[in-house]
Amino acid sequence: MKNNAIKTLLLCSVVLCGAYTLTSCGGNEDSTMKAGLITLHGDNSTYDANFINAFKAACEAKNVKPVIVTGIDENDACTEAANDLVDQGCSFVFADSFGHESYLLKSAKENPNVQFSHATGTTAHTENVANFHNAFASIYEGRYLAGVAAGLKLQSMLEANPETSKKLGYIGAYTYAEVISGYTSWFLGVKSVVSDVTMEVQFTGSWYDEAAEKTAAELLIEKGCSIISQHADSWGAPTACETAGVPNVSYNGSTESKAPNTYIVSSRINWQPYFEYCLDAVKNNTAIETDYVGGLGNDIYSGSVCLAPLGKKAPAAGTEAKLNEVANKLKSGELKVFDCSNFTVNGEHITSYMADVNTDANFEKDTEAVKTANGVTYFAESEFRSAPYFDLTIDGITLLNTKF
Amino acid sequence: MKTIEKEPLFHVIKRSDVSIGKSFLFRAIAIILGLIFACLVLLVITGANPFVVIQQLFAGCFGTPRRFWTMFRKLSLLLLVGLALIPAFKMKFWNLGGNGQILMGALTTACCMHFLGNEGFPNWAIILIMIPSSILVSVIWAVIPAIFKAFFNTNESLFTLMLNYVAEGIVAVFLSGIFKSPTGSIGIISTGHLPAIGSSSFVGRNDLLSIIVAFVLLGIVFAYLRYAKHGYELEVVGESQNTARYIGINVKGVVIRTMVLSGVICGIVGILLAGSINHSISTATPENMGFTAIMVAWLAKFNPLSMVATAFIITFFSRGMAQVQKYYEITNDSATYIFLGIIYFFIIGVEFFISYRVVFKDCKFIRWCNKVNKSISKAFAPVGVFFTNLKNKIIKVFVKEGK
Repeated sequence: MKNNAIKTLLLCSVVLCGAYTLTSCGGNEDSTMKAGLITLHGDNSTYDANFINAFKAACEAKNVKPVIVTGIDENDACTEAANDLVDQGCSFVFADSFGHESYLLKSAKENPNVQFSHATGTTAHTENVANFHNAFASIYEGRYLAGVAAGLKLQSMLEANPETSKKLGYIGAYTYAEVISGYTSWFLGVKSVVSDVTMEVQFTGSWYDEAAEKTAAELLIEKGCSIISQHADSWGAPTACETAGVPNVSYNGSTESKAPNTYIVSSRINWQPYFEYCLDAVKNNTAIETDYVGGLGNDIYSGSVCLAPLGKKAPAAGTEAKLNEVANKLKSGELKVFDCSNFTVNGEHITSYMADVNTDANFEKDTEAVKTANGVTYFAESEFRSAPYFDLTIDGITLLNTKF
Repeated sequence: MKTIEKEPLFHVIKRSDVSIGKSFLFRAIAIILGLIFACLVLLVITGANPFVVIQQLFAGCFGTPRRFWTMFRKLSLLLLVGLALIPAFKMKFWNLGGNGQILMGALTTACCMHFLGNEGFPNWAIILIMIPSSILVSVIWAVIPAIFKAFFNTNESLFTLMLNYVAEGIVAVFLSGIFKSPTGSIGIISTGHLPAIGSSSFVGRNDLLSIIVAFVLLGIVFAYLRYAKHGYELEVVGESQNTARYIGINVKGVVIRTMVLSGVICGIVGILLAGSINHSISTATPENMGFTAIMVAWLAKFNPLSMVATAFIITFFSRGMAQVQKYYEITNDSATYIFLGIIYFFIIGVEFFISYRVVFKDCKFIRWCNKVNKSISKAFAPVGVFFTNLKNKIIKVFVKEGK
């Protein structure tokens, strides 16, 4: 009885092997351009899903075949995945995580005929490898807009009840430039509407920790914060805010589905314009910018920096019109997010600040970041390289803890 | 009054008659069955054509020279970790701390590369310093639970398991406090790389060192376990500590000595990972091989030579699935986990059927099944003869090599 089963199974295996040889003969190369994407996690992570969806959409728009590799750690696996994509004929390779950078760079040096791009990276402008590029977006402008929306909400809350606390709460992942730049621009956005607000920031020490983000939100609400925002990727803060009935500004996409009463607005980076730009450049054999900074689009819902649709219940009346007005001023350069006259550090307006723009082992402050143009003195964020480097703690913001 | 006991639907009897050839055949069948079932599940959840899936599994491992060498290197590292585990396992010392031991070795290597490099040491000097120091640190990490086991009889599984987390914590502290990397990864350290073997046009030049080290150590560990007195002693300690004491074996000494060996090999894996492959360190550096290798070791019944095969099977499916996912644009990693889970389930499950026979009680259904089987076997009789011959040939080969 057993023997019979064995025989039948072996027969199956022969059939399978036969089919394998048949199918392997049928592989023929087609001539459409291929582009590769390397992501840290699969599409369960909101961060990676944002890249994957944009990449697929851009490839479809440009008639390019996408090859997507998910779950690539920030080690030699990235070099290996990039080399393998090149072996498969990809002429453009993109990696989405900060830690991929040096490994992608290694592959870029080995494959000079293929264009490599990397999100959030910091070394393209100092490495001088012609086919290696960094990209980011002026997300601080998006956060500033989200801040304006929160400011209008706070103003309407104050009109309804003058006793409302003018304290904001913010949940950050880590205490470094990308996050500091984010919460400072959001705070300045709120401050442009309600001038005497203050803010408390709690760090979680992780990009994705639902429990920690929820606890942090609850702590801030308990401390009397009127509006909460966050720079971390889970649903922790939005759901905590919904439970407590505190308005929330989220990140990476709308959280209205789980927080219908408290969701105001969300800002995010839309990578599709950049991907399309790169694919065009590769097709037409033109150069890709070493440090690309995506900006606001024609309206607040398109462009590299964009907002998710406003919430239906929480935002104050007239928010959308005001946001369009501010966005136009930002685009024209009339308004600068980090205008030095709008904030103080230790009670003084800064006139000079050396930022750590070039990556080196000692974190040397190497570049003067304060500029004056058209009579406005401002901190020139994302001008010397694409990734953020604003790391000042300005007056009005209190850090409850730090996490590096 | 007489009670009539109902015969259970089936009962299990221990087998003692399974020949080596037959057990290999069982395993091959399990893999094929697992593959068929996993392909069907994948077909349901993603619509992937099973034949293409199988083709892509092979393409992912052998499709290009680079993929072949990468697969071979991954297999070698997994084999190395398995080699580190089996001496202890034969002693019934359940070392679940492979990850931590590798991590401590890799951390020491990364520190040497980073700090000695900054001090301007030449490459050869860094390598000469980092190899012994990394091995030493790994050995210390492995010996701590061994000492506690030998002198205080603490539970080694829990102890080694928890040391994994301590090691991860130490690495995290180094990354954020000493290397000052905010993202949990320090990037490529430029000094102290172990040499690549082969010309610059050879795609496997960074993989060859790990492969050579693995196969040299395979020979050494095999000889150590099979021919050296040490190998015999640790097996006696595993069977019965009282017997070991009675015949004059220093049990404490054997426990500690064997864990030193585990530490040395894990240290070497750490050096290879940090010094030859990644040129960096993070908490994910051991790629969880400390646990995967447990499966490799058990499936191979702690035989170093069989471990080459089991390590190959595990590496083949995980590398192959990465390619399948890429081919079908599956961006959700869960599909791969489900696929691998099913195959592992079959591979591990077959070990039960090799050791035990399931006997069903006599009933209509079973008689019907037997009938169906008989008619099938009649229909396929010529095929059966062919395979019987083939099977006999395979068995001959294995029996020759097995003895």
